[in-house]
Amino acid sequence: MRPTANRRSTARRRAGRAGQYLALLCYLVFLAFPLLWLLSTAFKPPRELATLHPTWLPEHPTWDNFRQAFDEQPLLRAAANSLLAAGGAALIAVVLATPMAYVMARRRSLLTRAATGWVVVSQAFPFVLVIIPLFLVLKRLHLINSVPGLVLVYVTWSLPFALWMLTGYVRAVPAELEEAAAVDGAGRLRTLVSVIAPLLAPGIVATALFAFITAWNEFFFALVLLKSPEKQTMPVVLTHFLGDEGVADLGPLAAASLLATLPSLVLFSVIQRRITGGMLAGAVKN
Amino acid sequence: MPRSPATAPPAAARRSEAGAWFLVLPALIPILVLSVGPLLYGIALAFTDAQSGRTEPTQWIGTLNFQDLRHDTLFWESFRIGLLWAVGVTVPQFLLSLGLALLLNQDLRFRWAARVLAIVPWAMPEVVVGIMWRLVYHPDAGILNEALGTERDWLGSLGTALPAVIVVGIWAGMPQTTVALLAGLQNVPRELHEAAEMDGAGPWRRFRTVTWPAIRPVALAISALGFIWNVNAFALVYVLTNGGPGGRTRLPMLFAYEEAFRYGQFGYAAAMGCVMVAVVSLLLAVFLVGRLKGDDA
Repeated sequence: MRPTANRRSTARRRAGRAGQYLALLCYLVFLAFPLLWLLSTAFKPPRELATLHPTWLPEHPTWDNFRQAFDEQPLLRAAANSLLAAGGAALIAVVLATPMAYVMARRRSLLTRAATGWVVVSQAFPFVLVIIPLFLVLKRLHLINSVPGLVLVYVTWSLPFALWMLTGYVRAVPAELEEAAAVDGAGRLRTLVSVIAPLLAPGIVATALFAFITAWNEFFFALVLLKSPEKQTMPVVLTHFLGDEGVADLGPLAAASLLATLPSLVLFSVIQRRITGGMLAGAVKN
Repeated sequence: MPRSPATAPPAAARRSEAGAWFLVLPALIPILVLSVGPLLYGIALAFTDAQSGRTEPTQWIGTLNFQDLRHDTLFWESFRIGLLWAVGVTVPQFLLSLGLALLLNQDLRFRWAARVLAIVPWAMPEVVVGIMWRLVYHPDAGILNEALGTERDWLGSLGTALPAVIVVGIWAGMPQTTVALLAGLQNVPRELHEAAEMDGAGPWRRFRTVTWPAIRPVALAISALGFIWNVNAFALVYVLTNGGPGGRTRLPMLFAYEEAFRYGQFGYAAAMGCVMVAVVSLLLAVFLVGRLKGDDA
């Protein structure tokens, strides 16, 4: 309660409120406008798409674009490839990163400091500098044009961030619990598996899902490494809808784009709070 | 188990040292083999004439690639565009996100809608973001021309292509920045604000003396990361314009990608990558020094 609220300051306050709502409205329009247009386009029949004066909403909404999208491009196979690449990468990355994150969180040594530095540095280098050598190496191993090859790349690509997030989660587990286990005679690995891991489980799941989402959405590595159409992942297949000269079939393009977004959107909304928490813990501490 | 207290600590310490390595190696080996290794290999390639599909062996050519790069006007043009893009996205994005975060930190109705909307672009594949905005910018069937009453080919005209692409970059990265800043704002103690208000400090004063110092670390971290991500951006612009029209949106990554995987000039493209790394590291160093200085003050 403000003791000296006179009429003028109340009026100013009300004007401030109105300004805030106006600003919020502008933001909402800016953020929502392209999303609504994507939705609208996905449900428009061809006749409404070919017009010079498009309408905001489809007048005769239809599912045809979705069916046509499946006819035009091998979407199911692309989704299966994406699922394999992203799921494999997420699983392996978390299994590899959890023990190291545990060590990084619990002891301060040259190694852990170097690892933390690496997490930061790895965000900075351009992928070209990594993908050319990887391309050459994977080619020699006959892993070009193969989803397992892509999994390998995605694992290393998601390891820094997985380490970053998991280290934060481990720090949140009280060290006393481990000491108690050590007193009971449990070794380091035993302690990790039977004491820490269960407490970390939600954090591990969040990290795995985040690794899954980033791999599901990834484009550059997939574009370079996967040449034959039957191996390609969802984002790469989507670009085929654009056609050579950008003359695209807009309806199916929009429909397929929506389908490609759905999995990561659902997973992301599940873990959203944990990610922002984990990301921030890492960002501020480093 | 009986253990003698005199000998236990060293043995346990030794065991735990070995144990620590055992736990670190599963992640460390792939990092070294698939990330550090290729990075060093990539730097080495920049000093060779490596090309794809060539039969004669690759030769060391010293700094020849870098000398060629110095005279490659197309590359420097792309470099200039890359910087324009990175600054053009990062700065407005930060300011817009800060504004939104400040709004969302207020007790406003409908702010949940903005919170939901701030999540969706984050979860979308960049390719889909690019496709979506192509639909918005489409000269005939796009909603932007209809909404503004114009008849422009936004992505296809020399003058509007880069600004149009920058707007998409801002839109796509706003969620991360907003959410990070919002989380920072929520750590600002309310009492501080109230105390400052009692002392008669206006909104701007309160922001400068209370809010900004509290969110400064988050703000610096997220804008530095954003800048680096933007310098290395690829997918969004690949889908929107593929570098066109007339190279107006050809970011360095697009240039290097074409050089490497369309023309097979691995060594030359690696040299481009090296230049990009050098510039980003330099900017980061300047930023970190500034940050340390700022912390002293």
